[in-house]
Amino acid sequence: MKFDAQIPSGPLAEKWDKHRFEMKLVNPSNKRKYKIIIVGTGLAGASAAASFAELGYNVSVFCYQDSPRRAHSIAAQGGINAAKNYQNDGDSIFRLFYDTIKGGDFRSREANVYRLAQVSNNIIDQCVAQGVPFAREYGGTLANRSFGGAQVSRTFYARGQTGQQLLLSAYSALLRQIASGKVKMYPRSEMLDLVVVNDRARGIVVRNLINGKISSHAADAVVLATGGYGNVFYLSTNAKGCNVTAAYRAYKKGAAFANPCYTQIHPTCIPVTGEYQSKLTLMSESLRNDGRIWVPKKKGDTRPPNEIPEDERDYFLERKYPSFGNLAPRDISSRSAKEVCDAGYGVGHYKGKGVYLDLSDAIKRLGVEVIKDRYGNLFDMYERITGDNPYEVPMRIYPASHYTMGGLWVDYNLMSTIPGLFVIGEANFSDHGANRLGASALMQGLADGYFIIPYTIGNYLARSGNSDINADHSEFKASEKTVEEQTKKLLSINGKKTADSFHREFGHIIWEYCGMSRNEAGLKKALEEIPALREEFWNNVKIVGSGSELNQALERAGRVADFLEFGEIMCYDALNRKESCGAHFREEYQTEEGEAKRDDKHYSYVSAWEFNGVGKEPILHKEPLVFENVKLSTRSYK
Amino acid sequence: MNLTLYVWRQKNAQDKGRMEKYDAKNITSHMSFLEMLDVVNEDLIHQNIEPIAFDHDCREGICGTCSLMINGIPHGPQRATTVCQLHMRYFKDGDTIYIEPWRSRAFPIVRDLIVDRSAFDRIMQAGGFISVNTGGVPDANSIPISKKDADTAMDAAACIGCGACVAACPNASAMLFIAAKVSHFASLPQGQIERKERVKKMIAHMDKEGFGNCTNYYECEAACPKEISVKFIAKMNREYFKASLTGR
Amino acid sequence: MNTSELDQITSIPTPVNVSVASVSKKVLMAVTGAILLSFISVHLLGNLQIFIGQGQLNNYAETLQSLKGLKWTVRIVTIIAVIIHIWTGVLLWFENKKARPISYYKHDTIQASLSSRTMIYTGLLIFFFVIYHLLQFTLIVTNPQYANLRDALGRHDVYSMVILGFSNYFISGAYIIAVLMLAFHISHAISSFFQTLGWNNDKVLPKLKLLANIVAILFFIGYASIPVSVLLHIVKLPVGGY
Repeated sequence: MKFDAQIPSGPLAEKWDKHRFEMKLVNPSNKRKYKIIIVGTGLAGASAAASFAELGYNVSVFCYQDSPRRAHSIAAQGGINAAKNYQNDGDSIFRLFYDTIKGGDFRSREANVYRLAQVSNNIIDQCVAQGVPFAREYGGTLANRSFGGAQVSRTFYARGQTGQQLLLSAYSALLRQIASGKVKMYPRSEMLDLVVVNDRARGIVVRNLINGKISSHAADAVVLATGGYGNVFYLSTNAKGCNVTAAYRAYKKGAAFANPCYTQIHPTCIPVTGEYQSKLTLMSESLRNDGRIWVPKKKGDTRPPNEIPEDERDYFLERKYPSFGNLAPRDISSRSAKEVCDAGYGVGHYKGKGVYLDLSDAIKRLGVEVIKDRYGNLFDMYERITGDNPYEVPMRIYPASHYTMGGLWVDYNLMSTIPGLFVIGEANFSDHGANRLGASALMQGLADGYFIIPYTIGNYLARSGNSDINADHSEFKASEKTVEEQTKKLLSINGKKTADSFHREFGHIIWEYCGMSRNEAGLKKALEEIPALREEFWNNVKIVGSGSELNQALERAGRVADFLEFGEIMCYDALNRKESCGAHFREEYQTEEGEAKRDDKHYSYVSAWEFNGVGKEPILHKEPLVFENVKLSTRSYK
Repeated sequence: MNLTLYVWRQKNAQDKGRMEKYDAKNITSHMSFLEMLDVVNEDLIHQNIEPIAFDHDCREGICGTCSLMINGIPHGPQRATTVCQLHMRYFKDGDTIYIEPWRSRAFPIVRDLIVDRSAFDRIMQAGGFISVNTGGVPDANSIPISKKDADTAMDAAACIGCGACVAACPNASAMLFIAAKVSHFASLPQGQIERKERVKKMIAHMDKEGFGNCTNYYECEAACPKEISVKFIAKMNREYFKASLTGR
Repeated sequence: MNTSELDQITSIPTPVNVSVASVSKKVLMAVTGAILLSFISVHLLGNLQIFIGQGQLNNYAETLQSLKGLKWTVRIVTIIAVIIHIWTGVLLWFENKKARPISYYKHDTIQASLSSRTMIYTGLLIFFFVIYHLLQFTLIVTNPQYANLRDALGRHDVYSMVILGFSNYFISGAYIIAVLMLAFHISHAISSFFQTLGWNNDKVLPKLKLLANIVAILFFIGYASIPVSVLLHIVKLPVGGY
């Protein structure tokens, strides 16, 4: 497998311009002769689909939801970064680039991240023109806030619903193209295979989720915008339907999977309440600005929090990180919370998996009204879900899987190792390194969709020319057969356990051994337990109903089957990376103070894994990371 | 707690459908309503009964996928809450709960509690956008927008497209949904160019899809999980007359 | 959904052109309703003159009868408004029923007022009552002898006709129920009028609802006061008979 990241030569700031000039263009009148398939309608997918159609390409778009508007980008709360420097506080493209590289713990490509910072400004212009109601100052200019510990105010936001507003604007741009006939939309359709003919991605096989029909769709290029794999943990802040299937099946067809062990765990989620828990809800990190995080000093203390006196509380973040305290970065806060809970100090209804996030000092200091103004919505949401009133009782929080930095490997053109297969948004691995900064996910999704792939796909199409392969080709038929056989097999097992219960069990393994902190013994244990569970799954899963109708249990089983294979690559990757960086914390590699110890000498590379058969260790390829413009530094939050 | 459920079961669009009775056992008050259904479904699978199909995705109240009529109220008894965030503490042991799909001619049933809301997408296609292509737009700060206008636009834009307004309306009218989109764009300078065309096209398409008419019950507003105000319907009416009287 | 199905939805077999947009139909309701409301306001002011006395009311009635041009203009406009109001109302009602072909097993109301939910029924009851009312007092078909009532000045004695009519408990009772329906109808109609025409926002809406209720109550008191006063002998036949 060849790993050429296709990074243009020349100075960092000129790479993208130079590259755009060097790219081949498709003649405007020829664009309609090319067909592009997009899977997924989140920020990346919807914006790419609209942009392709505007350029004149014929586009087919697929999503498993009932409408493209429901993709999980919609749930992003905080905001979107851009290097506009509207606040005159010293921001610049280079600063956004540097913060993102550093935030990713120097495990991402300079050129990609710099380009991301460059186009970030166009995104804001584009979204405003489409009618996104961003927050405004009284003078009518755009408002900004600082987010996720950034020292400049560069985050644009629309109340707590920035993701929703951005997605709806991309969705409306997409609908405009559906109305014009340039885009064919296939909702409630799940991609189940990628079809590769003569080493080029030529189309996909999908299942119509309403009637179960399997169909093939051919194209000149395929774009995956299918999001992250956070649901590998079973419980996450992702939507229930989020899955790794599309990306994983592409991986099985030869696309390399990069950095799968980089998964972000968000520290402020509402804790689990029982085995039946289906998902975790995120609460904005901003709560940590005024909240103090603590657990009782006594193990298994069951007293209500308000009855625990001050000197019997352990404000563990303040204790361990005196200068950053409760504002310590996401990974550190999450890990510390897990440590105290694992040691038996946790609180809450369920297995002591929770710590207090206490705003009572802030309420005393600032008054209820100020707190209500700042966090009223969050408090309401917390009360809706838990039944506790946070004005009176400290909130309980626990970390949860939130975002996956890893994804299918792509080059500078966002093309995977399979020519003609492009991967955008959270589904690729490209820009966030080992850790993503707040308000950067929305930026990356829209950058890929609006401003990068419309150029790079043209270059590919112009160079590779039209395809004469249609959906009757034998490769499509073969894929359809594989997919149908898998469905048949799943339905024929008729065992004793539901797919959900397998997923839950599997999630426990991954969370325990490949979650917030990992160690060699644990990862090896996971690599023993996963194949065993997978085998049990294929012998004992129970699905009622048929494959020729709407069957949600069957859909779920197919996704769980893929997670059960995918989980192994995650563990292999985590095992291979004998260093701690960003969200990947290997217990063996820490400083004496318990801080992550990066090993730039040996691990300054992207791990790209090549499929080598189910249950077999995948083949590791290394793409070295070269830093010419930034100096590698070490984070310190003491 | 233990509950008795009456759930609408319908195999597909052609099937006649009927209410079925199920027992929900060992439900805890911390569960969300959908988690309660998950538990019931696991139970049904073990009994070899096809699980109840219901739409859901984000389970945090923003994607607008979940859509259940619970005891005659869309999204259930708690105001300003989608059914995925409704928790079982709003019910008590021994309760009987009726669970039905959204009912509207424009939302045909797909299976059980799942309906086809693509009519909303088609209404949006008729004009729910600002016609700008990617690139070639002015700097974001070149057109100032008053905070008040931006806030009004955001109030309207908060709609999650779940269809509770249609489900609640005794006339199965979709006015609140269209009004929210029309008002969002009409409140912003960027929306002015296509303002008149947009409202006319969206209303014309709404009528085509077979939704009912608005007779000012305001049930939509009460059922809306995002509390979109009916003032936007008044605004849309205003927009429509202006467009009809002066528009092209 | 294919196009022919869409056509079926809009092609309701009625003589009214259903291509009229939903919003426009509401305007027709609102505008014709407003015309009818102004008619009953003037009518009420006229009727209340009964409390001034026989001379005043009969004089008013005769003056109205003599202004033939005005009388017929008002009558024609009102009749047209009635036809459009009822026709559109019934059409909307049918369309709305069609919009939900299968009703809920259980459907609860959250905030819709009783008056808003009963507009079609109160409206139709009012319509039937108005027909009777016209037969009784305008066309004088139900009690033909009233046509010959004359006061001392030889004018048609509307005053006595009203008192004689309302002395019957059934007629008074029906009348009071009808004006109660009317008040109910109006209580939703007024705020609805502003909403439909777009003269409404969330600050004004509660005030409009209050205003609508006050106006409705005033109408009820105004109209109901006449039969009640007759039954309580506050308004009496002129001494010496007719």
